Amino acid sequence: MRTLFIILRKEFKQIFRNRIMIPIIFILPFVQTLVLVYAATLELKNTKITIVDQDHSALSQKLISKFEASSFFDIDISVYDDDLIKDKLLKDSEKAVLVIPANFENDLREGIPAHLQLNINAIDGQGAGLISIYVNQTVMGMLKDLKPFASKTNLMVLPSKINTEPRFWYNPELNFKHYMLPGILVILVSMIGIFLTSLNLVREKEMGTIEQINVTPIKKWQFLTGKLLPFWIIGILDLSLGLAIGMILFGVPFRGSVLTMFVFTGLYLFTAIGLGLLVSDFASTQQQAMFTIFFFFLIFVLMGGIFTSVESMPYWAQIVNRINPMYYFMRIIRSVLLKGSGIRDLWTEFVSLLVYGILAMSVAVWQYKKTN
Amino acid sequence: MNEIEIHNLYKSYGPTKALDNLSLSVEKNGFYGLIGPDGAGKSSLMRIITSLLLPDSGSVIVGGLDPVKDYKKLRLKLGYMPGKFSLYQDLSVEENLKFFARVFGTTIEENYHLIKPVYSQIEPFKNRRAGKLSGGMKQKLALSCALVHKPEILILDEPTTGVDAVSRREFWDMLAEIRKSGITILVSTPYMEEAVLCDKISLMFDGKVVDSGSPDDITSGFKNNLFIIKSANVPLLLNVLRGMEGLKSVNSFGQTIHVVADSSETGKPEIEEFLQKNNVSGCSVEQSPAGIEDCFIDHILTNTTT
Repeated sequence: MRTLFIILRKEFKQIFRNRIMIPIIFILPFVQTLVLVYAATLELKNTKITIVDQDHSALSQKLISKFEASSFFDIDISVYDDDLIKDKLLKDSEKAVLVIPANFENDLREGIPAHLQLNINAIDGQGAGLISIYVNQTVMGMLKDLKPFASKTNLMVLPSKINTEPRFWYNPELNFKHYMLPGILVILVSMIGIFLTSLNLVREKEMGTIEQINVTPIKKWQFLTGKLLPFWIIGILDLSLGLAIGMILFGVPFRGSVLTMFVFTGLYLFTAIGLGLLVSDFASTQQQAMFTIFFFFLIFVLMGGIFTSVESMPYWAQIVNRINPMYYFMRIIRSVLLKGSGIRDLWTEFVSLLVYGILAMSVAVWQYKKTN
Repeated sequence: MNEIEIHNLYKSYGPTKALDNLSLSVEKNGFYGLIGPDGAGKSSLMRIITSLLLPDSGSVIVGGLDPVKDYKKLRLKLGYMPGKFSLYQDLSVEENLKFFARVFGTTIEENYHLIKPVYSQIEPFKNRRAGKLSGGMKQKLALSCALVHKPEILILDEPTTGVDAVSRREFWDMLAEIRKSGITILVSTPYMEEAVLCDKISLMFDGKVVDSGSPDDITSGFKNNLFIIKSANVPLLLNVLRGMEGLKSVNSFGQTIHVVADSSETGKPEIEEFLQKNNVSGCSVEQSPAGIEDCFIDHILTNTTT
């Protein structure tokens, strides 16, 4: 135990002396949560949209005013011109062009299906989908207002339709920040667990200091614990820091118990550190370690459900995700924060992560060789 | 019982034989030098002795212990200074020394008398980061760290490589000082002139020991006549001499040329006559006793030609 304490002291001294480590540990949580949560948002606000009104009817005017009233859109009205639509979308000056064709009101009054044409710039696919939904909602909103007017004049029959009204649980306003922040925290903790741990271990090899350590009576478990434990502690500290930022600045709810949160974070960090150690077993330079981790990290992040929903991925991808530790932690952290789930609700994730962690750590420790 | 006993040691990395049937013994409190060029197998041998590398076959006993089985006990007895600077560059001089003292369960104060000849020289810089030290000071720190747990055997892998001439000299003086406290020292170096500072040496080449003994034994084993020729134009003279018969070898040693005669029939007059015949003037020919380097080259030549 004394030896372990000596190594830990040395390790913390080196970490706090490292010019890159300190910013990574203390500034990263701020930058990631502040910048990414704001920048990587999917919320629509003031989306520029052009409305081409070819109908010039009372109804088309009503529709336009409905759009103008919405804070989601920034309306630009223009006359019809095919080239204009292309030009506007091409220059990216408008996100979408909505065309109200001539006879729109007439068709509706006569019970003929009326059409609206919506052209969306789909370079950003997810954004395009959202625009489509918002536009639909706005049009439906107008039709609802129309009902009393229609029945009074008795001039037209509106197509009967089923109105689905979604209610968003746990995040009723669909606040994107509440969805994004847990994801950012997962990335943050993973970076510390996988990247920093691995680089720190490989550095001993690269600098040759492992040679000198190897001729001392330091045992393998003492050395590894001394090298890994600091990052486990730093990871937990950073998560707390990130959570605090999220709760204070973005009002992210913390519905679960703090204990559950930290039990899971500790478990996830254990797994992540095991993976970091595993990479360092095979890499002999920090560069090799970096590239190897970067490869997996990117896949883990993209598939882990941080930016996109895992449920909408193809079946094979969902199966592959079983070996993605971020997938589990992502589910856990969102459930604990937004739903208030406890360990019993997340039992599958808990067991999966536990098995994963023990497996990764055992293989990594077993593969780790101090001597050649 | 010798402090280090090695018999028929083999080690290869794939097809490359790093150590090829090597035997060696270092007596207690000996000051033993391994002399040889890069790639001779010096580092591999030292890493096997220090339990960092597993031998393929052969017997190795260090301090009465087997480095493979008893490595835990052995590591307490050994002080090792790797060829590459292996201390923490981001820790200060004192922090490094303290760390290595503490992992061995001792303190700087306890063994200060032992490291004093070395450490006192870098003590004024004890708060400086190890990475910011000069080459010579780094070596002194590494030596202090290898000594701080009071080892019985000190293994030094090319401690003077890349160090300036003055620091090298100082370093060898320090080793002589350390030896007085009863420590056995095994040191490797590619510099032939440092060989004479050891009690006993082994000349290593291609994983083999080509000659062993005290430096005097080795040089007196050199039976051929050796002539040193000084000249202003070494390359030209080298070419000319290589055309002469009755010479075993002709090698340039910086500003001079060492010529080894095949037999006693070739002497100073014969060489001078040959040079005159070839219109080379302005050089002096002197017979000289052989140095370690002459012996080494001689061994390599006989080894590689047979």
